Amino acid sequence: MSVTPQQSPRLAQQDHWRAMRRETPFHPRLSALDFRHDWYVWAGCKAPLSLWDEELEYFAIRSQAGLFDISPMIKYRIEGPDAEACCERVFVRNVARLRPGRVHYTAWCDDEGHVLDDGTLFRLAETRFRLCCQERHLPWLLDSAIGFDVTVVDETEAVAGLALQGPTACAILKDAGFAGIERLKPFDLAEFPHEGGAVTVSRTGFTGDLGYELFVEAADALSLWDRLWEAGARRGIRAIGYTALNRARIEAGFIVANADFIAAEHAIRADRVRMPDEIGLGWLVDEAKPHFNGRRAILDARRRGTLKHILVGLEIEGNVPAEHALVYHARKTEVGLVSAAIWSPMAKRNIAIATLSRPYGDTRNDDLWVEIYAMREGQYMKLMKRATVVPRPFVKLDRRTATPPADC
Amino acid sequence: MMSSEAARFDAVVIGGGHNGLACAASLGRTGRKVLVLEAAHALGGAVGTHEFVPGFHVSSLAHILNRLHPEMVAGLELKRHGLTLAPGPMPSVALSAAGEPLVLDGAYGERLDGAVDAADRAGWSQLRSLLFRQAGILKPFLSRRPPDLGTMSLAQATTLGSAALSLRRLGKEDMREFLRMVLMNVADVLDEHVADDRLKGLLAFDATLGAHLGPRSPTSLLGLYYRLAGEIDGVAGGQLLPIGGMGTVMAALARAAEAAGCTLRTGAVVRRILVENWRACCVVLDDGTEIRARAIVSAINPVTTFLDLVGARHVDTGFVRRLGNIRMKGDAAKLHLALDAPPRFAGLSETAHRGRLVIAPSVDHVENAFNPAKYGEFSPEPVMEITLPSLSDPSLAPAGACVLSAVVQYAPYALKQGWETGKPKFLAAIMAVLERHAPGIGGSVRHAELLTPADIEARFRMPGGHWHHGELQVDQMLMNRPVHGADGYDTPVDGLFLAGAGSHPGGGVSGAPGWNAAKRVVETRG
Repeated sequence: MSVTPQQSPRLAQQDHWRAMRRETPFHPRLSALDFRHDWYVWAGCKAPLSLWDEELEYFAIRSQAGLFDISPMIKYRIEGPDAEACCERVFVRNVARLRPGRVHYTAWCDDEGHVLDDGTLFRLAETRFRLCCQERHLPWLLDSAIGFDVTVVDETEAVAGLALQGPTACAILKDAGFAGIERLKPFDLAEFPHEGGAVTVSRTGFTGDLGYELFVEAADALSLWDRLWEAGARRGIRAIGYTALNRARIEAGFIVANADFIAAEHAIRADRVRMPDEIGLGWLVDEAKPHFNGRRAILDARRRGTLKHILVGLEIEGNVPAEHALVYHARKTEVGLVSAAIWSPMAKRNIAIATLSRPYGDTRNDDLWVEIYAMREGQYMKLMKRATVVPRPFVKLDRRTATPPADC
Repeated sequence: MMSSEAARFDAVVIGGGHNGLACAASLGRTGRKVLVLEAAHALGGAVGTHEFVPGFHVSSLAHILNRLHPEMVAGLELKRHGLTLAPGPMPSVALSAAGEPLVLDGAYGERLDGAVDAADRAGWSQLRSLLFRQAGILKPFLSRRPPDLGTMSLAQATTLGSAALSLRRLGKEDMREFLRMVLMNVADVLDEHVADDRLKGLLAFDATLGAHLGPRSPTSLLGLYYRLAGEIDGVAGGQLLPIGGMGTVMAALARAAEAAGCTLRTGAVVRRILVENWRACCVVLDDGTEIRARAIVSAINPVTTFLDLVGARHVDTGFVRRLGNIRMKGDAAKLHLALDAPPRFAGLSETAHRGRLVIAPSVDHVENAFNPAKYGEFSPEPVMEITLPSLSDPSLAPAGACVLSAVVQYAPYALKQGWETGKPKFLAAIMAVLERHAPGIGGSVRHAELLTPADIEARFRMPGGHWHHGELQVDQMLMNRPVHGADGYDTPVDGLFLAGAGSHPGGGVSGAPGWNAAKRVVETRG
């Protein structure tokens, strides 16, 4: 059975599903650099887990500059006279305080206050926003636009994106002719000329490092890549895959939808949904701003103390990553699960992100343990290791915020 | 925002229909200072009497009383305030163009008058008592506030418990039978018990009146339960014509409201409900006047309330989605005829003309009438319920003349050809049916007023021209009426309440939504 656009105008606005495993606009460059054939599917796109060496790709982020294709990220343009009001109603964070030329991290919820996704909101102009996120939300956003003078357009395929992350990122951009790039403060954005068009550059990223994200019309993608690649040759630019990025993001303490929490629309089991306060995003929620989706439910839960979970950073003794390990109290009561864990090369600590059942992780942080099953030559080594709740980010780098950055 | 009302009200009720007035009067009796705002130039909404041509008066939309909420009638002392009911109950008559009509006398056919098969008499008597027993189970649910599934209070649990008890008391057989039947279609149930086409046609008509359902549509039996769960003057299943038309009900409610200290204002169109600090704080009228109140009660359409008056931005997206999914496209038209003389329906006695005359000769006939409505066309052979109110109340028409008031189905709101061109054709179809049953009626028509759902929408501010402000079907009842989140009269917007037919238990001239809403306002200290 085929569904024609005539039958459903809404479907026609979101027909990404027609193409299976799309190649991004940067694919010709990525595949030319690929030695590993280690691809995975990110939001329907062919994307690299690793291109040449995941260890070295990680260290490129921390000591040179990693170039990462973020084109598969879902992007929506929200535009019109009521764009601010519409965004204010959708997102938990105060949008009126987000000035044009600025970006902020935010989250949004359903009526029950359960998180639908998190992402970054770019205020490109007074009445124009771009939302970047992990999952697709067009039906939700279109329904959220009812009653507002605003249009919502999926621009995921139309706009290509690159993340350039690492200590030499600013210098590379400067060498590539992005004049004044060093003046961008964290979460600033600006437009720069490129090939007769423009590229939007923001000082944002998912690594906790000095870094930038660049958005350009898909047609200009390759020339942008080449421009950076050429300028970066003397400053150690490396193409990287998701495995390296994932390590950096864990060190930075960032969470990923449907990995560290289950997005409300994806949850099949009723107890898997989470409120912002349960995944460490309570700080985003502005109770005092105008009405937003889920406000009533979130405030009720806070008032009644019915929040069940909490997301925490853990430091675990030893050096064996505790990925998907169970968390215990007093070595016997199961109180949670690790959703992401690595040995952190930067912190030289064994770190993890975990979801615990309150009060553990909240008011009872003593005597926590994780049970690590380490596969060693055909047998599990069962390790019971002491865990301590520690603040995130696990790694805090001064260069992330220094303006102007070094060498610029 | 030209001026601000000097006097501050405890409650402002939007909509001066019967539910709005019932709610206002009830709130007024608690000592609250209440203001009722009616957009039209007369109170009553769809529950009024109007002069459709000089000398001829008719109930504007609803024309029969069969479910006035007894608790409200007593609580507001409506009889003391002038509610006069004709002695009843009034019979229902299943007209038959070919043969003899069948008269259901007493409360919903206690007795059958007319030639009926003995087996059908017995079958009907059994079915009737079964339906009344089963409607009795639903009755408590259809009078009180629907239960909160999430956080049920002790009082609610007690109510549910007592309903469960009454279910237990039915005995195993009856309970099993109820659970088997409750979501059935009326046609299948009728086939199990009776054979008489006239009887089945009438019951099929009653079950589907005011709904976008045919008798063979699943769950159509619920409409009959809904009717039989009503009572009038203490008689379950009874029906009456109000003396003076529906306007008397409205007048009694208005007097009750005034006696309770309410201020009633007509010609006051509410343009917006303002929300301040996440709370409904005031209403803004068309002329810019701002009126503040602690509680704002909307006795108008729920979708209009949230999307037009409050604004989507003050409620959640999922809630807006649910509002958008409410089915509320009316299928019923209202016909008013000014006749030179009382019509003579074939084979009908003088007194039977004062009854409720139903043209629905068989289940098939009703089903066939419904079929075109599914595809945006009106019934070429419409089914209808006729009253001749001036026979019982001569004040409604000039001496010797007669008023005919009929509810006619099916007239889909979204008529494909549009009502502009469809209306005269539909009127002709209705008149052809009437002529067959009351020969000569066409020649005595002095004036005809046909209100299609499009007219009803415009005249009574009922979106979709739907009498109930939302289909009364199982998915839009109880805690799903009008939608989850606003089902208990209070709403996601603090200080804002719903009180119209769009809320539980639903439409019909009951006053129950308004009466219950007032209780909720008091309960939540609004």
